Amino acid sequence: MKTFIRKFFYGDYGEEKNTASEHNPSRQTINEWPLWEVFIRSKQGLDHKHVGSLHAADATMAMENARDVYTRRNEGISIWIVESKNIHANNPDDADALFDPANDKIYRHPSFYELPDELKHM
Amino acid sequence: MTTKEIQNPLINFLLHLGDNALILGHRNSEWCGHGPVLEQDIALTNIALDQIGQARNFYQYAAKLISETSGEKITEDSIAYLRDGWDFKNCLLTELPNGHWGQTVLKQFLIAAYQYYLYQVLEKNSEEQLSAIATKSLKEISYHLRWSSEWVIRLGDGTDDSKQKILDALEIVWPYTNELTNFTDYEIEIIGDTYKNIKDNWIEKVYVVLTEAGLEIPSTVYNHNGGKQGNHTEHLGYILTEMQFLQRAYPNSEW
Repeated sequence: MKTFIRKFFYGDYGEEKNTASEHNPSRQTINEWPLWEVFIRSKQGLDHKHVGSLHAADATMAMENARDVYTRRNEGISIWIVESKNIHANNPDDADALFDPANDKIYRHPSFYELPDELKHM
Repeated sequence: MTTKEIQNPLINFLLHLGDNALILGHRNSEWCGHGPVLEQDIALTNIALDQIGQARNFYQYAAKLISETSGEKITEDSIAYLRDGWDFKNCLLTELPNGHWGQTVLKQFLIAAYQYYLYQVLEKNSEEQLSAIATKSLKEISYHLRWSSEWVIRLGDGTDDSKQKILDALEIVWPYTNELTNFTDYEIEIIGDTYKNIKDNWIEKVYVVLTEAGLEIPSTVYNHNGGKQGNHTEHLGYILTEMQFLQRAYPNSEW
C-alpha cells in the first residue's frame, strides 16, 4: 500500500498547494540558496531567541550573514543557525486537536494552593 | 588645501593609511543596494563603513598634526573633501573599478591580507595614537580577511563559470598588488625593518588562499606603482569628482 506522508517544514503554513517541501522546480531553482533560521543570545545568562531568517550557501556563509544582518547594532554575543528544512512544525490543521484540550484543565495550573504570606513572587 | 609638499613621514604615512581606507571604502560602498543578494549587500556595506571609520581615525590624527605644524585649521573633512588627486597617497589597487562581484571580493581580499599584517606591526608602534587606531582596526580587518578569503575560495573552487571569472579578475588586479608591499621611504621611516616580514606574510597568506581556491599566482611582467607618491590612474579622478562634489559646489555645507 502506498502512503503519502506529508512533511511540514518551518515556513510552510498557509501555502497548502505550494509548499517548499513539495519539491517544485519552478520555485526551487538551483540558483536559490537554502533558508536558515537565526537565533541570537543578547547577553550572558539569557536564552537564544529567534530573530529571523536568511539565505546562505552553507553554514559558514550563514554564520557570517547572520553576523552582518542581525548583529550590526550590538544585538548579541552568541549566534546559533539552523537550516530551516531541519525544523519540523506541526500541521496548523491539527491545532484544535493539539492545543484545545488543554484549555479547560485549569487544575494543571498551580493556583489552588494557599500560600504563606512570606512567599512572594509566585 | 594641498598636502603634496608635506615632508613629515608620520603625516604622510597617516594620509596614506587614511587614503587607502577611504578610497577602498568608497569603492565598496558603490555596491550598496546592488549586491547579488541582500545578505551580501549588507556584508560589503558593513565593510565599507568599517573602512570609512578607519579613514576618519587616521585623518583626525593627521589633521591634528598638520594643524599644529602649519598653524592652519585643518579637519578630517578638509583632508577628505578638499584635496586633489595628486595629494592622495592610496595604493592604485584601492581605486581600481569594482568590476563584477568576484573582482571586488578578490581586490578586497588582497588588500585585507596586506592590512592584516601591516596593522599587526603598527599595533606595536611607539606612536601611541597610531598603535591605538591599529588595534581597533585590526578586529574589523580580521573579519574582512575572513569574509573575503571565503569568497575567493568559494568562487575559485565553484563552477567553471565562477572560476573563469575569478581567473580573469586575478589577471586584471594582480599587476597592482606589488605596490602594496613596495614600501616607500615614509613607510619605512615609521615601521622600520619589519616591512620585510609584512611582504613575506602577505605573499604566504595569498598563496594559501589562492591554492585552496585552485588558483595560481600569476606571473606578471609589469607592475603598476606610484599611488603612494600621488601618481594615480584615471579612476581616482572620477571617484573624487563624485565624492567631493557637494563640498566643492556648496563649500562648508552641512546636514
